[in-house]
Amino acid sequence: MSFGSGSMTNSIGEIKDCKLIFLIGGNPTEAHPIVGLEMKKALRKGCTFIVADPRRIWFAQHAKLYLPVKPGTDNWLLNAIAHVIIAEGLENKEFIKTRTEGFEELKAFVKDITPEKASEFTGIPAEDIRQAARLYAKSEKSALFYTLGITEHTCGTDNVRTIANLALLTGHIGKPSTGVNPIRGQNNVQGATDMGCLPDRMHGYQYLSDAAVVEKFEKAWGVKLTKTPGATSPTMFERMNKGKFKALYVIGEDPVMSEPNQEYTIRGLKNLEFLVVQDIFMSETAKYADVILPATSFAEKDGTFTNTERRVQRVRKAISPIGNTKPDWQIICELSTRMGYKMDYPSPKEVWDEIASLAPMFAGINYARIESNGIQWPCLDTKHPGTKFLHEGKFTRGLGKFFVLPYRAPAESPDKEYPLLLSTGRTLYHYNAGTMTRRSAGIIHKTNECFVEVNEEDAKELGIFDGEMVRVATRRGEITAHAEVSEKVKKGVIWIPMHFVEAAVNKLTKDAYDNITQTAEYKVCGAKIEKLN
Amino acid sequence: MVMVPKIKLNVDGKIVEVNKGKTILQAASSIGIRIPTLCHDPRLEPFAACRVCMVEIERGKTTALITSCNTEATDGMVIRTDSEKVLKTRKMVLELILSDHPRDCMTCEKCGSCTLQDLAYAYGVRESRFFEEPDGGVVEDSNPVIQQDTSKCILCGRCVRICDEVQQDYAIDFKNRGFDTETGTPFDKQRRETTCVLCGQCVSTCPVGSLVEKQAVGKGREWEFKQVKTTCAYCGVGCTMYLNVKGNRVVKVTSKVGSIPNDGNLCVKGRFGYDFIHHPDRLKHPLIKKNGKFEEATWDEALSLVASKLGGIKTKYGHDNIGVFSSSRCTNEDNYLAMKFARATIGTNNVDQCART
Repeated sequence: MSFGSGSMTNSIGEIKDCKLIFLIGGNPTEAHPIVGLEMKKALRKGCTFIVADPRRIWFAQHAKLYLPVKPGTDNWLLNAIAHVIIAEGLENKEFIKTRTEGFEELKAFVKDITPEKASEFTGIPAEDIRQAARLYAKSEKSALFYTLGITEHTCGTDNVRTIANLALLTGHIGKPSTGVNPIRGQNNVQGATDMGCLPDRMHGYQYLSDAAVVEKFEKAWGVKLTKTPGATSPTMFERMNKGKFKALYVIGEDPVMSEPNQEYTIRGLKNLEFLVVQDIFMSETAKYADVILPATSFAEKDGTFTNTERRVQRVRKAISPIGNTKPDWQIICELSTRMGYKMDYPSPKEVWDEIASLAPMFAGINYARIESNGIQWPCLDTKHPGTKFLHEGKFTRGLGKFFVLPYRAPAESPDKEYPLLLSTGRTLYHYNAGTMTRRSAGIIHKTNECFVEVNEEDAKELGIFDGEMVRVATRRGEITAHAEVSEKVKKGVIWIPMHFVEAAVNKLTKDAYDNITQTAEYKVCGAKIEKLN
Repeated sequence: MVMVPKIKLNVDGKIVEVNKGKTILQAASSIGIRIPTLCHDPRLEPFAACRVCMVEIERGKTTALITSCNTEATDGMVIRTDSEKVLKTRKMVLELILSDHPRDCMTCEKCGSCTLQDLAYAYGVRESRFFEEPDGGVVEDSNPVIQQDTSKCILCGRCVRICDEVQQDYAIDFKNRGFDTETGTPFDKQRRETTCVLCGQCVSTCPVGSLVEKQAVGKGREWEFKQVKTTCAYCGVGCTMYLNVKGNRVVKVTSKVGSIPNDGNLCVKGRFGYDFIHHPDRLKHPLIKKNGKFEEATWDEALSLVASKLGGIKTKYGHDNIGVFSSSRCTNEDNYLAMKFARATIGTNNVDQCART
């Protein structure tokens, strides 16, 4: 988009040498603890932190500048920072001239987005916005880090591009410890998209709209391919709800827990004629299945994961499959062969060899080369060392592009009936739907109950005490959880983790999506809290 | 690039050239000379508490003993790591450490991977002239993952320092004075009531059996474990870790200093979140729903049913009515085949995964 490819531009090993870290919509000490440790290393070495988050997270407490931004208003904050950078002449003129396009349009657009105006929307003092712009622009090695706090909005893509604008304005990209870094939340979320589990592209980001790509795969696989893009998961759920989708094969995913608006998700699944779920536990989704195929865990299979810094790393089989389970790859092969399309691989190694043979960005990676350490893509041939940081000298798309992106309000904002803003996320101890962590003794010892973070002023107004069980409701549903009252979360905002099936926060969230990526708006909706009796 | 000036020093008669700023320990290690350490962990600042890393340095006509872990190497230094004086002193240091350490290697969890045991063996220190029965013992704490035995603590401070310097959680510190000194939580509180996040970094750095993985106690000796190098299956950082396996069971999870990208560090989920692997709730057989209830089936029955149902729906409604959800939790190979299954086997591009959630 702005640069031409989506992933971390730097490596984890570069974090400790950053001079300035601008962390926005991410909580690494909890969601990515080891990246958190690298940032803590930087902090000890004197790195300046700017943290924008509605919650006073660990790094907010240690930041030079903490910007308690109201969820859903990141656009105002980022565009106002761009305004200050240009107004005060802090932009990197040489970089803008040689490596970017669209600067004049951005300049004209942000002219009116003053810190004062942004302050009204974001709740951040105008002077702090100015200070953030100066610190970020002037530091010798500035790196931006963001996660789902930026992307899980109906304007998620806009937010990402607005972040990219700042890196392009200042030239803080394409150098060691300097760049734009989304940290990926799940072990192989990078890999799942890299592998083409997307409706419009094959693995290695090869688009079906390219005739040469289609031809290559048709030849390699010996089949005719459908060229029109398929449906994304939100579209599939929409069609299920209308009764216009008949069968779904769900592998290692629990949409009932992880998709927004649980009731809508369940209704969709119930409308299917046939649902197959392949998993290691009886997940909430599996309960609605017609057939459940038991898979092995990561400890029982070989393969690779790709981490957030694009590093393809080995997963190794440590024990033989538990019970009568089989690895996912093997189940898929057996099913495919039964359906008339033969898939026959002796082991995942041969699957990887096929992956590498059909995508240039993985061409140089093989199991022998990643035996001791992983390799970061792109890796074009077996002599290529892999790529530590992206966009050095040249962007994937050629010139970096500035985007002019006006503010768009969230799909549902707090109102009279539902006056609080509900935001959701992860904690240190639990993981996503909790199917794994809630079965681990050490973890549930520390925390095993759902909670809702409430600002102390809001709690006072509502007469709610710390630790009290409360009911949280939105237009979609309600759950009960105990209140954690503190100054951690911004006034007017409540925050609930996503891990607890008995208090599933996705009963509350809204099924509204970003217009490009179709990421759901987990970070903003209207809610209310009531005492239980 | 800033060029770091080089310096040369003499270690055991060999000339070593290193960047200015390196310690004597690092300089020696760069040419394969191994100086023993107990309180040193490359992840931490030098501490020089244990004195085991002492070396002899020429000072004009005399020599002196200095700790190599925290002394910067300088140009022209002449160092002996194995002189009689060094070896004698090192033995004495070990005797002093062992004066307050239980002699129960036969039942200790750490037997076989204990640095103190290895050094006592290497230097032939069987008895300590100063031995007194150590105080303390296993600390009562309800947490199920970290076990501390204060009687085995050698006060190297690695646990305290990793909690401060790396984790920055400041949950444990030194307590009391003299022979009574030990490490632990403030006011002997239970770990869950402190800032401890149960990451087990203290366990990872303990050179003796004072801090161990509680769930692995009695489950196997170091040399019985098959250590399988793999990648953590939780978040996107991709920490390199080792599954310690005995029989067909994962007994504990460890990592190694120098691992990419985590340098031996792991979080609470990576180190202690492995119980799910052997949990009784694991699905163990294919299940087919009959009259609203799941019944066990063979793979042949289950796969035949899925193949015929998907095939039937494809014929009746067209391939566009079938979708595949793959997973960010599965391997690249699983995801590639799921994508290939959707496109080549079913003939649809309705394939997606949970990157959005």
